[in-house]
Amino acid sequence: MKLVTERREISSPLLRFSAPLISIGFALFVAGFLLLASGVNPLEAYREILIESLGSLYGLSETLVKTTPLIFAGLGVSLAFRMQIWNIGAEGQIYIGAMAASGVALFSGIESHGLMLLTMFLAAFTCGGLWAGVAGFLRARWQVNEVIVTLLMNYIAILLVDYLIYGPWKDPKGFNFPLTAQFSDTARLAEYFDTRLHSGFFLAVFVALLLYLFMERTIWGYQIKVIGSNPKAARYAGMKTGMAIFMVLFLSGAIAGVAGFSEVAGLQHRLQHGISPGYGYTAIIIAWLAKRSAGGVVIVAFLMGVLLVGGDSLQLLWQLPVAFVYAFQGLILFFLLASDFFILYRVKLIKGAADA
Amino acid sequence: MPDFLKIEHIRKTFPGVIALDDVSFSVAPGEIHTLLGENGAGKSTLMNVLTGLYHPDSGEIRIDGRRLSFTSPRDSLACGIGMVHQHFMLVPAHSVFENILLALDNLPNLFSRKKYRARIKQLIDEFQLDLDLDSPVWKLSIGAQQWIELIKLLLRDCRLLILDEPTAVLTPQEAERLFKVLRQLKKQGKSIIFISHKMREVMEISDQVTILKKGRSIASLTRGEYDERKLAALMIGADKIPEWQKNLQLSTQISLDIQQLSVRNDRGLSDLEDFSLQLIKGEILGIAGVAGNGQKALAEVLTGLRKASHGRIMANGEDLNNSSARHSYIAGIAHIPEDRKTIGIAPDMSIDDNLIMKSFKNSAFARGIFQDKKSIRRNAQEKIAQFAIKSGPEGTPVRYLSGGNIQKVIIARELSEKPAVLVALYPTRGLDIGSAEYVHKVIADGAAQGMSTILIAEDLDELLKLSDRIAVMFRGRLIGFVDPQNSSREEIGLMMSGETGENDGGEA
Ligand SMILES: Nc1ncnc2c1ncn2[C@@H]1O[C@H](COP(=O)(O)OP(=O)(O)OP(=O)(O)O)[C@@H](O)[C@H]1O
Ligand SMILES: [Mg+2]
Repeated sequence: MKLVTERREISSPLLRFSAPLISIGFALFVAGFLLLASGVNPLEAYREILIESLGSLYGLSETLVKTTPLIFAGLGVSLAFRMQIWNIGAEGQIYIGAMAASGVALFSGIESHGLMLLTMFLAAFTCGGLWAGVAGFLRARWQVNEVIVTLLMNYIAILLVDYLIYGPWKDPKGFNFPLTAQFSDTARLAEYFDTRLHSGFFLAVFVALLLYLFMERTIWGYQIKVIGSNPKAARYAGMKTGMAIFMVLFLSGAIAGVAGFSEVAGLQHRLQHGISPGYGYTAIIIAWLAKRSAGGVVIVAFLMGVLLVGGDSLQLLWQLPVAFVYAFQGLILFFLLASDFFILYRVKLIKGAADA
Repeated sequence: MPDFLKIEHIRKTFPGVIALDDVSFSVAPGEIHTLLGENGAGKSTLMNVLTGLYHPDSGEIRIDGRRLSFTSPRDSLACGIGMVHQHFMLVPAHSVFENILLALDNLPNLFSRKKYRARIKQLIDEFQLDLDLDSPVWKLSIGAQQWIELIKLLLRDCRLLILDEPTAVLTPQEAERLFKVLRQLKKQGKSIIFISHKMREVMEISDQVTILKKGRSIASLTRGEYDERKLAALMIGADKIPEWQKNLQLSTQISLDIQQLSVRNDRGLSDLEDFSLQLIKGEILGIAGVAGNGQKALAEVLTGLRKASHGRIMANGEDLNNSSARHSYIAGIAHIPEDRKTIGIAPDMSIDDNLIMKSFKNSAFARGIFQDKKSIRRNAQEKIAQFAIKSGPEGTPVRYLSGGNIQKVIIARELSEKPAVLVALYPTRGLDIGSAEYVHKVIADGAAQGMSTILIAEDLDELLKLSDRIAVMFRGRLIGFVDPQNSSREEIGLMMSGETGENDGGEA
């Protein structure tokens, strides 16, 4: 008897759907032991997570609030992944988007609500796009590795925002805190149900739908897929791959930039230090787990939202260390990635294997 | 003699495809056993089962009467079964010697290195291979690279060698050498499983032929029991081979006027030198030459993949080397590339998507920026039926198609645009005889409608049959034309080796 693995030639859709669910089950199981070790009943803890994040209108709204930037950034990253372009600079692009939107909100003096939001949106979109576009240009022109460029530009973006809020953009009435003045009402997105849920969430879902149509139904999406599958063949078929690399990184950064717009216009109503607690990095994991599909990004981003909100409440209720939340997230990721293995490979028990 | 290898009722399915339904045959020691079958019949899949890459759903493999079950290529190697892969697994920057050592189970130390070197030298001498152990692999011809793969297996004392379409990438001369080696191996008692679509080779080398049809072994015949016609009839049914007629009425219009074209490679040497040619509308112009004598450079410069260093390509009074003219015209040049897996297809995408790779913007497949999925599907259905592509369930990535079927996808795509000029490199390489004949028909029909073809092929029979004129190339130069009607393989062969023959027909 022998246990062997064999690469699956084509993975079945049922498996692809159920594997992540099963792996979440595993993660919950293993994390249960961690909880037991800290003297917390795991079942109670899980109930708590679900109740806190989904059990009430308030909880659900908080979950969706956290989901919103994750969807935008996840979509941006996944778009680039489709073309085998590794944009790991979504974090920086979020900051640049937030900065651009804030600049418009604070200094443009536009009075119409709609025009103000549209201008903020476009500023975030364009600046996020150009920020990532730098890496696109370097890659298309001189084959500079986009991983390094996008990553390093994160630090520049974060420090640039810090410079502004500690320096020229600091609110004079803000008791020297590193933040800008509050936006006026013209620069704020609508909020619903007396919660912090804002229209940025609906915009995110709408963008996901647009991106899906873009990828699956347009000739541009088609080209992105061909280039992602085999750039040589694409060039041979007459596609301009350099231009495509720039455009895709631009769009990828632009969508991540909109996450910055949505955060400042919908939630924080000002630019401040630490505007994204790492959404741009989580987005990489989301894009990976979502298998680069737009619908998948929305679902996985929501799952991450549940974890973030539920994890917060565990800290409050049982004084579990923050590290527990990270460990828990790590476990889920671990098992999700492990499930990839079972989607790609089949494990078989074979009798009387070759013992020659 | 007792059978060395016995395969019984092997079945292997993939989701939505029965690749192998029921296959049985056996191979005796010292036997060259040929597998023959249409594209997609399951030959490669069967070999992957034999080498432990795939595990069969059911059925048995016996070696020396013992039932075995392989779970990885390592297992089958341990049982003496080795395969020369179609895509060689070599490290280009390393030397031949290093590449061979890499294949050993334990990397040898300084002392045993010497021993291995001697042993490899001995193999090279024994089989009279033309191989320098210290030259880096990237410098070698495809044929020489194949020797390396072969030596790797011989070092491990493999008793069964599997060669999946080894001759597809070889020049006829290289193939001849390979056959000599195979015969020598056979004398030593080694068994060989050989796959080829070229009937001439099958007739020449096989002791035993097993015919696969739709995943079933339908007949095993011993040498003497079969001839070419019988094999073809068993394989596809003789009546299914398409008939076609050559268009003998040539026009006088010139579609491409190539003037003193030169192309230099990265090392500054010229791949193409002072090459001039007038391609007539509706003509099929064969290009004969030993591989590496400039054919590829010619194809690449004509299709825009490379730049000419000198000379002009005139079409409709414009020079295609001039980039703006080029861009509009390139669309009218179809190209069946030599290197099909690396530049011909997007492997993760479906047949539907691969078929429109050059025409996705056309009004037939797009409404503005949106793709017309219905007409894209319809187009795929048409092409699948027309070229008898064995495709698997809708949406299957083309990487899962058999070698010949991938080739058909590329040909179907390139010919669907009704190109003015077709540049075809080895278009029927890897196709079964029925499909090859169908491609010939499509090219001939295209010619009748005014398409000019530059046909680059190694198979002289194919060139002689299809071409209106044959140009012979040697060392990047055009050395003369021959008339296929009154020339023999031998004459052309002589010219290909650099002997300048009669130089007539140039003005034809
Ligand atoms: N990994 C796979 N997943 C799905 N289908 C496959 C896979 N490998 C092969 N097939 C299918 O199995 C069938 C047999 O393919 P195979 O490659 O064995 O054909 P073949 O006889 O070698 O053909 P050719 O002469 O064209 O090389 C084909 O229809 C192919 O599409
Ligand atoms: Mg094959």
